[in-house]
Amino acid sequence: MLDFLWLIPVLPFAGFLACGLLGRRYLSKKAVSWIACGTVLLAFLLSVAAILALGDLASIAPTRGMDVDPAAARVTLNVASWILGGSAPGGARFAIPWGFTLDPLSAVMLLVVTGVGFLIHVYSVGYMSHEEGYWRYFAYLNLFMSMMLMLVLGSSFPVMFVGWEGVGLCSYLLIGFDYQRDSAANAGKKAFLVNRVGDMGFVLAMAWIFASVGRLDFAGVMSRVSELTPAVAAGIGLLLFVGACGKSAQIPLYVWLPDAMAGPTPVSALIHAATMVTAGVYMVCRCSALYLQGPEALRVIAAVGALTALLAATMALKQTDIKKVLAYSTVSQLGYMFLAAGVGAFTAAIFHLMTHAFFKALLFLGSGSVIHAMSGEQDLRKMGGLRRSLPVTFWTFLMGTLAIAGIPGFAGFFSKDEILAKAFEESPYLWGAGVVAAALTAFYMFRLVFLCFFGDSRAGAGHHPHQSPRVMTLPLMILAVLSVVGGWVGIPKSLTGGADLNVFEHYLSPVFAAPAAESEHGGSVGLEILLMLLALGVVVMAIAAARRFYVQRPEIPKRLAERFPTLGRLLENKYYVDEMYDLLVIRPYLASCRALHGFDARVVDGLVNGVRHFIVGLSYLSRFFDQYVVDGMVNAVAYLTRGLSLALRRMQTGMVQGYLTVFVLGIFLFVSLYLFWHR
Amino acid sequence: MMTSFLPLVAAVLFAIGAIGVLIRRNAIVILMCIELMLNAVNLTFAAYSYELRSMTGHIFIFFVMTVAAAEAAVGLGIVIAVFRKRHSADVDDVNLMRW
Repeated sequence: MLDFLWLIPVLPFAGFLACGLLGRRYLSKKAVSWIACGTVLLAFLLSVAAILALGDLASIAPTRGMDVDPAAARVTLNVASWILGGSAPGGARFAIPWGFTLDPLSAVMLLVVTGVGFLIHVYSVGYMSHEEGYWRYFAYLNLFMSMMLMLVLGSSFPVMFVGWEGVGLCSYLLIGFDYQRDSAANAGKKAFLVNRVGDMGFVLAMAWIFASVGRLDFAGVMSRVSELTPAVAAGIGLLLFVGACGKSAQIPLYVWLPDAMAGPTPVSALIHAATMVTAGVYMVCRCSALYLQGPEALRVIAAVGALTALLAATMALKQTDIKKVLAYSTVSQLGYMFLAAGVGAFTAAIFHLMTHAFFKALLFLGSGSVIHAMSGEQDLRKMGGLRRSLPVTFWTFLMGTLAIAGIPGFAGFFSKDEILAKAFEESPYLWGAGVVAAALTAFYMFRLVFLCFFGDSRAGAGHHPHQSPRVMTLPLMILAVLSVVGGWVGIPKSLTGGADLNVFEHYLSPVFAAPAAESEHGGSVGLEILLMLLALGVVVMAIAAARRFYVQRPEIPKRLAERFPTLGRLLENKYYVDEMYDLLVIRPYLASCRALHGFDARVVDGLVNGVRHFIVGLSYLSRFFDQYVVDGMVNAVAYLTRGLSLALRRMQTGMVQGYLTVFVLGIFLFVSLYLFWHR
Repeated sequence: MMTSFLPLVAAVLFAIGAIGVLIRRNAIVILMCIELMLNAVNLTFAAYSYELRSMTGHIFIFFVMTVAAAEAAVGLGIVIAVFRKRHSADVDDVNLMRW
């Protein structure tokens, strides 16, 4: 099956071509849905088959272009050559093929991307059924899947970068899907531009890697990172992290993600929660060997991740748009993943990435179901009491909320707990930030649930929310199940009494060999359970507080807002970060644009116009010369001729004998002259 | 010997013809004067042909007589056409071809 690895990204691309080229004229909505979902389902099935084959690497006979490394459980399939070069700084011939790598790390991503992606595709069939650009939507979505799979499977930095840019493009296209709306178009532009800032870091990192290692394929680079000095490794790592910051919405480049909610809700679920935004985390984990060589970069990542987790969680507290709450929650959870990666717990980061993909996709799809039911209303203040009219949505949403809050037994609990435990080993401060962020997460998520599903309806009369169709609720249910059981693959040792049930860590151990060994002699089991209980207690308290604030005593938030007006306004305006960017970046930029425009308009255009005026003046002069001198001469000749002919025509008397007389006299004259001269 | 005065006679005839062409107004008389001039030339040709024992002059005379005949025919035709229009053969009346 591994021979067909290349089909996994190509299949959705074929779907993209079919929907994009034929969808408008020739395909019905039904055909578009079948093609789009079918290609992704096929990609999912192929992924499953490939991953099963990966489990039994010894029995694989490598075919042409296939490179099997059983120690790292890695298969690389080079499909075609892409960039061929001369000798690189390392000595060997430099070549970048279109190569796809499958190892446990990309296998996990593959399953998440194709699995969750397929569910969201199915959901979209219901959600987008009334939309105008149905075919366009699915074409973009398929292109996104293809690019995301390329990113995940890419065997080298450049191939990954192709996918990296491709998903950025699809993100832009899908945020601005509703392009007639100004806000959507602007949000798309914002996402694209902010991502460019990060991509610059990625490109610079690639250049640096090439300059210092001479190769760009992951296996080659990672096997030779030990040749790098820690400073160089940290520098490259930080540049890569700049790229990850842009893609994964970390401080300071997170500002695009909340605005990206202007896109359709399934897009928010797929791209801006489950898959694309986690690409940064994936990339950092993919380069774990590099980061371990330059641990300073890891420290920065941990700090940025913790800060993002904390700040984004506070920003989510006062949002009134249901999707904005989830967006800040996503930023916060991504911060968590980076915190995990930053403390060297790459397995935990990927684990949380996976569980987060399940429950955040579920939450977004659930919110989409709510919005669908409310006929496009996204304001939490106008919802309420939806528990009764949307039972399926409510229960699945509650599963997701419990999972993200970290209630034991649900997926989020295991992954979050693992991150907190690893963070405590590194520094109690990071752990503290993580616990506070977890409490805030529980608070704002239950605030959302209570405002949306409990209490009385605030929608106003004549509003009849209706349950979504089966095609939408089915993915919700599947994702709800995954949000519960998804964490069971990574149950920590401390909870099983020493029995080793952490399947997930074992599965990923060929990729992250080094840090796993390190954590063996970490904290004691008792301490770990104590920390777990502490975090759990804080979370439960936060949930109780949310219940008190938004169900039992709805006047409390108002009173608090009156008591602390500055804090309230600060949170409501998200710490004025957008305004700050506006002031520090956008305004100076626009001002410089205007100044340059002024320069263009006055100086450059002035020069051009000056030349023009000069030439026009010259032409006036030369016109006068032409008119009076050249024409004058021509006319003078004409006048002269005319005058002469006026005088001379008098000779033409018409009298034959007159002519004859002159004739004879002439002959006399000339003969006389002749005779005179020739004597 | 006898021919020595013939060029003189021819010159006189020619002069009479030329003066006739210049001073007479009647087109027919002018045509007749032209004939006189041509025949003066013919006389010269004949005289020198005889004197020089050469046939060249005689041949020229024939040419001249042919041309003269043609010229007289065309000239008289024109005169008749003009006369029909104007009832006059006076060349001073035929002066339309002027400025």
